[in-house]
Parts: sequence; C-alpha cells; structure tokens
Amino acid sequence: MITLRNIEKVYRTDTVQTQALNQVNLDIEKKEFVSIMGPSGCGKSTLLNIMGLLDNPTSGLVTISDKNTTKLNDKELARFRNKQIGFIFQSYHLINDLNVIDNVELPLLYRSTSAKQRRDLAKSALEKVGLSNRLRHFPSQLSGGQKQRVAIARAIVGNPEIILADEPTGNLDSAMGNEIMNILLQLNNTEDTTIVMVTHDESMAKKTHRLIRLFDGSQVQ
Amino acid sequence: MLKNYFKIAIAVLRRRKFFTFISLFGISFTLTILIVLAAFINNIARSAYPDKKRDRSLYVMLMDQRSEKNGRNSGPPSFYFLDHYVGSMKTPEKISIASMFNATNTYINNKKLVINVKYTNDAFWDVMEFDFVEGKPYITQQIKNADKVTVITRDTRDSYFGEGVSAVGKYIETDNETYRVIGVVEDVPVTMLYAYGDMYLPYTLSKRDYLSKELNSNYTAVLLAKSAADLDQMKSEYQDVVSKVPVKGKEFDKLYSHADTYVASYTRILLGDGMESGIGKMFLILSLVAFLFMLLPTINLVNINTSRIMERSSEIGVRKAFGASSGTLVLQFITENIILTFLGGIIGLLLSWGIIFYINQSNLIPNIHLTIDFGVVFLGVLCCLVFGFLSGVYPAWRMSRLHVVTALKAN
Repeated sequence: MITLRNIEKVYRTDTVQTQALNQVNLDIEKKEFVSIMGPSGCGKSTLLNIMGLLDNPTSGLVTISDKNTTKLNDKELARFRNKQIGFIFQSYHLINDLNVIDNVELPLLYRSTSAKQRRDLAKSALEKVGLSNRLRHFPSQLSGGQKQRVAIARAIVGNPEIILADEPTGNLDSAMGNEIMNILLQLNNTEDTTIVMVTHDESMAKKTHRLIRLFDGSQVQ
Repeated sequence: MLKNYFKIAIAVLRRRKFFTFISLFGISFTLTILIVLAAFINNIARSAYPDKKRDRSLYVMLMDQRSEKNGRNSGPPSFYFLDHYVGSMKTPEKISIASMFNATNTYINNKKLVINVKYTNDAFWDVMEFDFVEGKPYITQQIKNADKVTVITRDTRDSYFGEGVSAVGKYIETDNETYRVIGVVEDVPVTMLYAYGDMYLPYTLSKRDYLSKELNSNYTAVLLAKSAADLDQMKSEYQDVVSKVPVKGKEFDKLYSHADTYVASYTRILLGDGMESGIGKMFLILSLVAFLFMLLPTINLVNINTSRIMERSSEIGVRKAFGASSGTLVLQFITENIILTFLGGIIGLLLSWGIIFYINQSNLIPNIHLTIDFGVVFLGVLCCLVFGFLSGVYPAWRMSRLHVVTALKAN
C-alpha cells in the first residue's frame, strides 16, 4: 500500500544542516494498522508528512497504491491526497468558523460531488463516530474528544484507503484517548482502512498490528 | 463551494470586527466619494432643466486673443462678437446670447438680498426651455425699446415679494434700478452657467456697453442646430466665422474661439489651450484621481489580508492537506475578498444615496438635483469588483505559496 525507499530528509539553513530522516525503508500493507513511536524530534511527524505527500523527501522514493508520487505536481498531489489519504492531527485543525457538518464536508468540496451527496456522506461519517447529534455545533462548543471525532469523520468522509494520524490521542485524557483509539480500530477492522499512527503512548501502540520505532531519523525497529 | 466560501467570508468578517470595520469603511467611503463625484459630473454634463436640448447645441464661452508682443487676453466673448459675427451664421436655428451672471444687491426690510443678474437676448428663451410659473419672457420689441422688464426666478420672487405671492406686474429694485416683473420661472442651479441667474434682463439694459467692438467681454452663446447631425457643420461654420474676424493691425494677431459641446466648453477653459478642448486631459485626470482613490483602500486591504494569512494558516494547511490545490485556494481568497468589497460596495451605495438625498433636500447647493443613475451604479459595482480582485490577488498568491506543513505547524 505504502512503500518508502531510501527516504532521506535534510533541513538546511545557512549555518546548520539537520538530518531528520536517514535511509528509511518501509512497506505498509493494505488493511494494516501501524504505529510509529520514538522520542521527540526523531522524525516521526516528518515521516508521516512524507507518507501523506504533505512534504517531499530530500531523496528517496514514495510509492502509494503502486503509484510513484515523486513526479506529481502540486495539482496532482492535491487530487491524489484528496482521493487516497485522510489526515488526523493532534490539535484537530478544525476550521473554527465552520460548524461540524461543514468541517466534515471539506474534503468533498474538492471533488465533483453534489451538495446533497456531500451532506449525506458527512452525516454518515458523523454517525460512524457517534456525533450525529452535533451537526450544527461549532468546534468551540465541543470537548477535545468530540473535536477529534469530528476530525476523524472528516478524514473518513471521502472514503480514503489510508488514514494518517499524527498523535490523535496526544491532547486527550486516557478515557477519551481510548474512545478515539477504538474508533480507529473499528475503522481498520470494518472498513479495511490502512492506518499509520504516530504516538507517544506505548499502550495505544500495542493495540496496533505493528510498531515502528525511530531514533535520530533512523528506523530501529 | 461558493456557499462554503460565503460562510467562511462572513464568519471571518464577524470574528475580526475591527478589521472588518476598517476594511468596509475604506471601501464604502471611497466608493461614496466616487459616486457622489460622479453624480456631480453627471449633473453638470447631462441635459437638464432648462438646458434640455444639449444634444443639438454647441456652446461658446471663450475668446482667446494672443500676440507675441502683448501676450494673451482670454475670457468670455463680447456681445458684439456674438451678435455681429456669430449671429451671421446660417446653420444654427437659434443663437442664445447671455451674459455671465453679475451679483447685484437689494434690500428688503433692511436685509440684504444678493440677486444674480443675467442679460440675454430673446432667443435665450427659445433655446432654453424654462418653466414659467407665471407670466412670459420679454420679446424682441421690448429688448429693442430697452424696456425695463425682467423675468425672475421663483426663489427671487419668494424672497423679494413673499412666498407664493404673484409678482407679474409688480416692480423689483436692485442696484438702484427698478424693473417690472413680466415673468417668473422655476429656479436653475448655479452649476448651469449658461442658464443660471436669479433675474433675467434684456441685454440692452446692460450697464456695460454692449455695442463696444471689443472681442472680449462677459457674454456666452448657445448655438442651437436643427438636428444633432448639423453639429459638425455648425462647428466648422463657426471656425469660418472666427477666421474672418479682422485682427490685423490690432493689439492681438491671433484669435482662438470654438463652438464646443457642453462639457468641452468647460474643459477648454480649465485644461485646454488655443486648439485643444482639454476633454482628453479631463478624462485622464478624472481617471487618475479615481484610480488613486481606489488604490488607497486596495493597499489597505492588501495589508490586512496579508496579515490575516498567518492567522488562517491552520485552515490553509487543512484545506491543502485535504485536496485543495494552490489555485483553488487563490480562488477562495479572491472570492472572499470580492464578497467583502461587495458588502462595502452596498454600504457605499447606500451612503451615496443618503448623501445625495441630503444634498438635494438640504438645498446645500441651491436648486441642484443630483441622481444616482444606472451608469453610476454600474461604475460602483465595477469598482467593487476591481477592488476585490486587486486586493485579493497578492495576499492569495502569498497564501497559496505557504507550505502545507509550515501552515499546519504555525497554528
């Protein structure tokens, strides 16, 4: 599903050069639920961003669903992300000016989907995360857990094959965290969605199929 | 998609009330000034009471005499020139000759009343279509006899004789002369220089020597053609007449005078010279003024929008992550901006309407009646679109270049 070959990421300034990722090679299979762990600054988020085509590697090859993504331009990358990948962020990144259902509809705005279809799909996604009674609420009226559930609904509304989650439980207490983790596990089980999750929480990581450990930009497990 | 943009635009406007106020104020205030200015220009340029036949009239207000030795003598032509030379023209159906207005003083109950007097020939009443409240204009014979008769405006009548009191047959005194009122007409705004006066008198009563053969004095003329198609012919006949005016051996050896369309007759004085009417210069200046006026709120909006980019970086990052291309985001920001400027435009139009209503009602400029016509509204809407587009493009371009990871981290 996702293949990374010899991925390197180097951040350069005038004076300093930082090696964020060093020769990372990864194969993530379809329907797999993989977690990535490692100390802060080890390159977990950078790796996730490269998998999600949000960032380019300095060198190396990223193949997703058998497609070499290296040569895609801005427009093609946008279209590819829209169809294939859903994102969940630690700080939710909901648009505060839009209500819950409008936030969830967002990925569908960039497809040729009718307004009614968008609404129906968004409602169904919100039902899956148990928030069908909060359609007209604004993010500021929701708890952290509810916000993250909206973010999950937004990630799955376009029915992507891959979900990339960057510390989705990082801002939540353990009860809320477990709730979110259960939703992700259920998605993986019932919808066959491939999930890659960055986490600091060992107990959450243990619930996934496979754990990848990074240290100083290199894969150690 | 548009609905979503609209929701976001309104939400952003409501969230940052102060910035919204500054932006909307800038747009609406500028637009108001432009529209009121346009209404004034429109009022001056269009056919209106009593000068209703502007489409087939040419106007003469300038006689420019020059010589290398004596310099230049420029001003309105004399009655002699207009009567003797211009009066011989064949193309015009009628030639109205009237002086510029002269202020005179009169006193009623120890209160000073300024009456602006205009001396005219009889054709003046045919070329201009005055509405007579009562009475009638003076005729050729009365002018020849230098009868002390006058036509006054409704305002003058109301001030002098009392509101609504009939004046025909009564006497009015100004500058120590007494005249019999034979007609009362509706008021004319001072912007209509060729027709404006508070009191109209036969030119034979003028204290200036109307028989003097000087070419410059203080008269104007309106040449009325039979049809608009005759205007060009009338112009060239006028030039023929001017070229035949003898100048040899006189103080000045070059003579410039033109029969112009209404607006050109003003621009020639303000911006023209001997040959140029100055109308092109006027359009250039007005366009530049309008452009500069529009530039200020545009720059203001560009600044505000640019500073808002970082504030909305999370949204930009999310949209990009979920499939918005840079082009789509540019379109979104421009659309939002056009919505903002459109709101400013609506406020501007309402403000303009209010100000124009106030100017008309308050008699701030006596007898003027400004209107917002479709042309002006169209101009306003067009200005809004240009505003919206210009002020949105640069910030949108900068925003679209924001890297998605940077955008998400900045929050």
